[in-house]
Amino acid sequence: MMKITNDDVAHLATLSQIALTDEETAALAIDLKSIIKYIEQLSELDTTGVEPTYQVTGLSNIWREDDIEKQVSREELLALAPDQKNNQVKVPKVL
Amino acid sequence: MNSEILEIRSRIVSGETTARAEIEKALAAAKEHEDLHALLEILPEYALNRADKIDAQITELRKKITNPDQFKEAVVTEVGRLVGMPYVAKDNFMTKQSHTTAASKILENFESPLDATAIEKLNNEGAILIGKANLDAFANGGSTENSAFGATRNAVDSSRVAGGTSGGSAVAIAKNIVPFALGSDTGASVRQPASFNGVVGYKPTYGMISRYGVVEFSSSTDVVGPLTHTVADMEILCEILAGRDGRDSTLHENYFEVEGGKPDKLKVGLIRDLIGEGIDPEVRQNTLGFAEKLRTQGHTVTEVDLSMNKYALAIYYIVTAAELSSNLACFDGIRYGRRAGVPDEPIANQPNRFATPDSQVLTETSTSDAKTLDDIYGKSRNEGFMSENKRRIMIGTFVLSSGYFDAYYLQAQKARTLLIREFDKLFADYDFLIGPVAPTPAYKLGENINDSLKMYLSDIMTVPASLAGLPAISLPNGSNKEGLPIGVQIIGPMKSDAKLLNLAKSMETE
Repeated sequence: MMKITNDDVAHLATLSQIALTDEETAALAIDLKSIIKYIEQLSELDTTGVEPTYQVTGLSNIWREDDIEKQVSREELLALAPDQKNNQVKVPKVL
Repeated sequence: MNSEILEIRSRIVSGETTARAEIEKALAAAKEHEDLHALLEILPEYALNRADKIDAQITELRKKITNPDQFKEAVVTEVGRLVGMPYVAKDNFMTKQSHTTAASKILENFESPLDATAIEKLNNEGAILIGKANLDAFANGGSTENSAFGATRNAVDSSRVAGGTSGGSAVAIAKNIVPFALGSDTGASVRQPASFNGVVGYKPTYGMISRYGVVEFSSSTDVVGPLTHTVADMEILCEILAGRDGRDSTLHENYFEVEGGKPDKLKVGLIRDLIGEGIDPEVRQNTLGFAEKLRTQGHTVTEVDLSMNKYALAIYYIVTAAELSSNLACFDGIRYGRRAGVPDEPIANQPNRFATPDSQVLTETSTSDAKTLDDIYGKSRNEGFMSENKRRIMIGTFVLSSGYFDAYYLQAQKARTLLIREFDKLFADYDFLIGPVAPTPAYKLGENINDSLKMYLSDIMTVPASLAGLPAISLPNGSNKEGLPIGVQIIGPMKSDAKLLNLAKSMETE
């Protein structure tokens, strides 16, 4: 049985870029434990030699013409950003 | 049952009603049922304007064409098959005329620059969007209680849940606010609320209807599904919505063509695993009663096994959480949506938008001070997602993380193959499979909200078809002793949509 500690949850939160509070971390450790216990039942299935299914349509390589479709303008997209300047999305200093 | 769409169309053509009258009626009904919180936003100005334009178009045609048959045909071809009819869309469909929130805080004030393909297709047929319907945030949930704007209440008993995640759309149909609505179904989200409110809900074959412009949850099982009062209306909507748009590359060539006439004598399998342990006795009786009705119509019904069914929910929660964690990575507070520390226009100040007094959009404000890029990501996501979103993102991240990928994610995708093989085997012998839609009728608000696993278990009867991409309908089939609606599910092989709807149509109860 998989053990889920608060540290494990904190690590997953870092990977998912979610700044959880300590209370949330503790609560999620409990929830995740019971959910993971439930999904672990798949380990009893013998899947030797079985191909995984990633999609169900059976379609592959759906091509279209490489035409530019101007459905949305640059201005409309930029206007969606919470902060912008000089036609660019503004973020805090990265380096 | 007769098509409501055809009925409204003929009244509009005859001049007995107008698009404006239909829209006014819908807006009045939306207002009357505001306490159920089915809608997050209404669009009176836009909808009435558009109705007037359509009415003017009809008046012009009437002046030009005196022959009644030619006039009728001109209305259908020039204005559209859904001339002047009001509809609502689940608020995870992008629409230019309103906000698109996915019932989340991070998209609380998001305004889409484009229309989803499904919206575009309905609008091109003369339909008029009158509002956006409530859902569980990012379609994560099963009751529409997990909306940042507050829960939707059941149409039959307002102390109970609407079901979900397309709860707002289902209630809007059940309360006759509109004749049809758009929903989306990833594991249960159209079928279960349809069952809980006594309306028709359809999950088409994966790849039949474009999902372009629908906020993604789980790309390998998400489908667009309409909700209606009658199966005949569902057929009309499928005819309009099916087919490629050059934007969603998972679409099949259009194969949907409405079937007429009485269905042949069919071989139907009743999935034994869905009527066993853990199911409400009245729901079981209801499904058995439907099997009897099929027999009376001359079909054969045999109990069959779907032994992989007991693993379906575990497969589902691994696969969809994994896909969710990837799809929701785009919500980072940078390019669109709410950014931590940047003040937003509170929705309380905005007319025609709705939230319950206890909802998170009204009670929580961004107080954080996000200085670095990591701060913006982490805090915007923490403030912007509901706890169920976070829970599933964490599960998805876990099953995809190094060291656990093979044991969980890969194993689930292999188990999914085994489930699909079992369906294939059944469909070699049977035309359709039947079972209940959900283990119980609508439960009380708050009953399952603190037990996520229990909430997940209510999807146990609908996720198998989703994992296999199969078409499945939730058809109203009476109610329990308390008067709560119960639906029955018919599942068909891939691309059997037209035949499935034809069977459902023949089994409808007035």
